[in-house]
Amino acid sequence: MNTEALHDCRDTFVATLEWLAEQDNSIVAVCNDSVGSSKLGGFKKKWPERLINVGIAEQNMVGVGAGLANGGKIPFVCAASSFLTGRALEQIKADIAYSKTNVKLCGISSGMAYGALGATHHSIEDFAWTRVLPELVVIAPADPVETKGAVEFAAQHEGGVFLRLSRVGVPDIFDTDHEFKVGKADTIREGDDVTIIANGTLTHRALEAATLLANHGLETRVLNMATVSPLDTDAIIAAARETGAIVTCEEHSVRGGLGGAIAEIVVQHQPVPMTILGVPGIFAPTGSANFLLDEFGMSPEGICKSARELVNKKGK
Amino acid sequence: VNKYSGLKLPLDIGELPEVARQIRLLDLDTVYNAGAGHIGGEMSAIDILTTLYFHTLNIDPKQPQAPERDRFVLSKGHTACALYVTLAMRGYFPVQELNTFLKPHSALNGHPNRVKVPGIETNTGPLGHGLPVAVGMALAAKLSGSPWRVFVLCGDGELQEGSNWEAAMSATQFKLDNLILIVDHNRLQQGASLKETIDMAPIAEKFVSFGWSASNINGHNFNDLAETLATDAIVPDQPRCIVANTSKGQGISFMKDRVEWHHKVPNREQYEQARSELTQSAA
Repeated sequence: MNTEALHDCRDTFVATLEWLAEQDNSIVAVCNDSVGSSKLGGFKKKWPERLINVGIAEQNMVGVGAGLANGGKIPFVCAASSFLTGRALEQIKADIAYSKTNVKLCGISSGMAYGALGATHHSIEDFAWTRVLPELVVIAPADPVETKGAVEFAAQHEGGVFLRLSRVGVPDIFDTDHEFKVGKADTIREGDDVTIIANGTLTHRALEAATLLANHGLETRVLNMATVSPLDTDAIIAAARETGAIVTCEEHSVRGGLGGAIAEIVVQHQPVPMTILGVPGIFAPTGSANFLLDEFGMSPEGICKSARELVNKKGK
Repeated sequence: VNKYSGLKLPLDIGELPEVARQIRLLDLDTVYNAGAGHIGGEMSAIDILTTLYFHTLNIDPKQPQAPERDRFVLSKGHTACALYVTLAMRGYFPVQELNTFLKPHSALNGHPNRVKVPGIETNTGPLGHGLPVAVGMALAAKLSGSPWRVFVLCGDGELQEGSNWEAAMSATQFKLDNLILIVDHNRLQQGASLKETIDMAPIAEKFVSFGWSASNINGHNFNDLAETLATDAIVPDQPRCIVANTSKGQGISFMKDRVEWHHKVPNREQYEQARSELTQSAA
């Protein structure tokens, strides 16, 4: 990995948001004293009245977002993902999803981006908490191009969206002409021996794992599944049928996240062996996100090892 | 037959008591027929709802999504039946639809749903949600330079939810003088009095200390209600809290100020007595 070419997707997020806000003055940003961590300083400078800082009050923040949407605004509600989803989950359920309001929830520094700050600040439960809610689109983009596409989608979609964003550096994966399609997985590498499904900060690791697997004679299909809800069930069923084994990896607990969502489809439609990689049902220890991902078997080598072991279980 | 939906509005204050009496009768019928509801808190809120919908609010039932409409949020969502009756009487949907209250697949479930019922602004039920959403609505009006106002009705026990105080702080910071919170201060929550639980009194003083303007009124006096809800009562740059002193079960002698009538359903004898009292109270 060329670390010089790594991107903090928050930069693309705010650049896209500001570009959209220039076209449409109904777009507003709402935050919880997180102007800096959400990188909203530029937005505030351009449109001070359209940057609504509710202070350290996440329940009010999400409710205010719902009210702004009722009044015809398109609010992007930005906060550290752990507090946005954990603290304000009932508001997300009642005021956004159930009320079908046009609010864009932006979970910044999701996963273990705040690795060293400890498990209070890790947001490795947010897929589980959000994907069970009807009427809420859940997206975790993998690189700057996909982040841009996801933010543009969120702005034009009439309804609730949870954008799960990271600050952990990722390389470019998609060409600039890549079109983001909500609810559709991208096959970013073809193969028929095993499938790796990932999103967010794990997608580039999955691709590197596929390269390692090729050295072991295994042709690996890699699916980037940015949209966790609604899920691309066709791509999952096809992967199960055509490759016979699926490894999932995510910067999330192994309970209830991307892997859990995929397993719900696989077990009902096309049962095949699966390995779900993630944080193994514990509060993660201190360490950077990349350190922790390696620690939990999600280095390219770790994913490769899991995939090889899984392939041995195929058809047994 | 809905004789109110065609009336020229706003009604004069003197006409409001009769409308409120009709809403109470229909609320009683609806709860009795459904075999469930929150009748005590509905009776305490009905005079407030009547004043809002038949005198104060700038709304048009034929255009429930008109961008410049005033917004009303029933934060104490468990008293949805009273709101449904009020909306039906105001012409948002046929009064006959109240017969479906709580029935399978009815749009009229136990808490208001904006997707299913015209005139509902946001789904409530869990307490402490209305005021934050109303702050967002009031902010939207300010950002757009629009004159519409936002009214929220919450319970006094509901103020125990901390989200209200997050919202109260922000309403002051954002100078939302287009926001009016009405507290249905009937002094009783689900299981006991507030005094025996977590007492919120004195409520007006709490809001004043948060930077709001606030006043205490008799929540069953239509002159008081109409006056304090009027645009004249706006204090520039300050959100406004109206502590409406009310009685749970107002209008029905054996329910009045009795905690057990939070969600008790009258039996046939009680229903008939309540109906008789409400009928006899006609002016």
